[in-house]
Amino acid sequence: MDFNDTPEEAAYRATARAWLEANAPKRSGGRAESDLDDPSSMDASRAWQRKKAEAGYACITWPKEWGGGGGAQWQAVIFGQEESGFDAPANPFTIGLGMCVPTVMAVGNQADKERFVRPAVRGDEIWCQLFSEPSGGSDVAAARTRAVRDGDQWVINGQKVWTSGAHYSDFGLLLARTDPDVPKHKGLTMFWIDMKAPGVEVRPIHQMSGASNFNEVYFTDLRISDAQRIGEVGAGWGTSLVTLMNERLAIGGGGGASHRQVLKLAREISTLTGLAAKDNGLREKIADWFIQAEGIKYTRYRTLTALSRGQTPGPESSIGKVVGAALMQDMANTALELEDQFGIISDPASAPLSGAFQSALMAAPGLRIAGGTDEILRNIIAERVLGLPQDVRLDKNVAFKDIPTGR
Amino acid sequence: MNFDFSDDQKFLKSEARKFLEARCTSAVVRGVLDDPDRSYDQDLWKAIAAQGWLGAAIDEAHGGLGLGRIELCAIAEELGRSLAPIPFASTVYFVAEALMLAGSEAQKARWLPKIAAGEVIGCFATVERPGVLTEAAVQARVEGGRLTGVKLPVTDGDIADLAVVLAKSGGASGLYLVELAAPGVERETLQTLDPTRSAAKLTFNGAAAEPLGEAGDGMNLAETLLNRAAVLLAFEQVGGADKALDMAKAYALERYAFGRPIGSYQAIKHKLADMYVKNELARSNAYYGAWALNAGAAELPVAAAAARVAACDAFWYAAKENLQTHGGMGYTWDVDCHLYYRRAQQLGLVAGGAKAWKERLVSSLERRNVA
Repeated sequence: MDFNDTPEEAAYRATARAWLEANAPKRSGGRAESDLDDPSSMDASRAWQRKKAEAGYACITWPKEWGGGGGAQWQAVIFGQEESGFDAPANPFTIGLGMCVPTVMAVGNQADKERFVRPAVRGDEIWCQLFSEPSGGSDVAAARTRAVRDGDQWVINGQKVWTSGAHYSDFGLLLARTDPDVPKHKGLTMFWIDMKAPGVEVRPIHQMSGASNFNEVYFTDLRISDAQRIGEVGAGWGTSLVTLMNERLAIGGGGGASHRQVLKLAREISTLTGLAAKDNGLREKIADWFIQAEGIKYTRYRTLTALSRGQTPGPESSIGKVVGAALMQDMANTALELEDQFGIISDPASAPLSGAFQSALMAAPGLRIAGGTDEILRNIIAERVLGLPQDVRLDKNVAFKDIPTGR
Repeated sequence: MNFDFSDDQKFLKSEARKFLEARCTSAVVRGVLDDPDRSYDQDLWKAIAAQGWLGAAIDEAHGGLGLGRIELCAIAEELGRSLAPIPFASTVYFVAEALMLAGSEAQKARWLPKIAAGEVIGCFATVERPGVLTEAAVQARVEGGRLTGVKLPVTDGDIADLAVVLAKSGGASGLYLVELAAPGVERETLQTLDPTRSAAKLTFNGAAAEPLGEAGDGMNLAETLLNRAAVLLAFEQVGGADKALDMAKAYALERYAFGRPIGSYQAIKHKLADMYVKNELARSNAYYGAWALNAGAAELPVAAAAARVAACDAFWYAAKENLQTHGGMGYTWDVDCHLYYRRAQQLGLVAGGAKAWKERLVSSLERRNVA
């Protein structure tokens, strides 16, 4: 058990840091939100990804033959830590590299890997994940988007929702219903989709925060080749579990405002009894938040250690998100309360800490829902980690088409 | 023991609900939300003025309905439920109350009838910087009847005709009436978390300022006004929290996942039960606040603080958990969940945050127990 760098790790860190210092933009202190819809912003992101790929710093744990770094998990962790100290461009590649392409690598054939892995690592191609639908978010296995076999093609009709980055993605990983007459988990198949194909329509969703980072994706008589199938017909659910587990690992890191920012605010604000930074109630809360945030961080390290020993990420990785999202919401609300009447101001030019807490307040609800809602994650912990009995299921041994939907 | 609205008050309340269900739909609220050039809904404001609600607690001699604070609380609850995008709170809970509390006969005669008729919009300008309102933090000053300084955020400051401003004269704090169309006033609309309730930065440069109440009494008057407003706002918060619970319940009954309505899952049942309990406790504390406000009781500081803190907690919880119950749909612009989420913040901050009110509550309890 050791959190200090071994000599080998320290040497790697020094090399990584030197490379970053020579190649990455410095952190300016207040990062404005990059707009990936802006071509120059996307160009910067791609250029940075390519640079990292050429130096072996993109997808550090992936085999060199696929364009990865051929390195160990500990190297990926160290590089990630070092990179966060620099003002790197926004990263639109996390879904592809964190979820979709690993799925292709795990389940796809040699032709799929040769076609897709290297371009994704280099940032030449971007992926999105086409799982959730209006009728099934938490209930992903209830996907209704239909794939009907027609010779050596499939015809796709249906709709996906909450598709982050669909508007700038080249490819999508699609979970579709190939057989509605069998129980739902057995009638799903995975495909890859060219997002620019005719028959694919992307419509942005206006989020409550004002931005539009995710989309609805409509499929109207989209024809794809059977060569675009990933895995066996009817094996889609098992494949999707690989993707979803990686999603929880990718999202689980938390983020947003930190206890450091609350302390900074507290040093500049008064309560009725004196400086907020000296207020006992606030100090206790800061301690609690710190402990939670550190706990999440070190739990991730345990997960990464297990990964580096060849174990698959388990449901324990749900812990990070189930704690982190509510933490962000609670912290933002408390900070706003501290700002008192002034807290309603959201203009980054006027609000304390450039409106970090106001932004976090509006982002936090999404984090409590995306990538597994608080409630679903608690069920997963209870059932899959602790082994408690599942709820009585009405949808398991019934043909998909016969499952009640309330309509 | 009579701890409920009277039959007349219930009738007023149910008529108010029907009126607002028809006249203050989600589309009306979004009309203000989505248009940066609209700070409030003028038609709704006029319609409400025509109902006489602005003068519910103003006596008939001053153009009001001469009902009372309890009736005003009933109206407040319905306004909160419907998220009415109008400057009702600023004008009625702060400025009308300030005039009734501290105004001279001339000031009351001049302004109250106009307020009751919907011809004057008011705003209450106290804070100048982040953090709780304290006398020490007030820098705005009045010299020779002229006000200089900056106040922000001032809710409805961008549309108000009349401001009640907390400022210092000769180092002692006082309240001042300032007509905002007069020279020496600049206003800048602020970007806020709840665009259905506008706010402004007011910059005063030698604007004419008429004392309201006694010199040196500014902080005491402001605190009394905050106590009164806290009760009335608590009813708006309870109204909003109840509507959020209604939304969550309706969605939980209609939305299916894994072959069952999501309301059949214990996590959702418990969540909505918790919302209900918080809402009812907030309502009960608000009722006690309404009694204390209406009776002019010595209990008002404690009652108001309890009403405010309970209501802040209830509306924050109801708004965020209603959104959570709606899943991804709750995170979209087009579904109404975020309207309640934003209003919960606005109401939770406009009269000062719950943290400060908890401190005031305990201080009041300590004073009460010593006496």
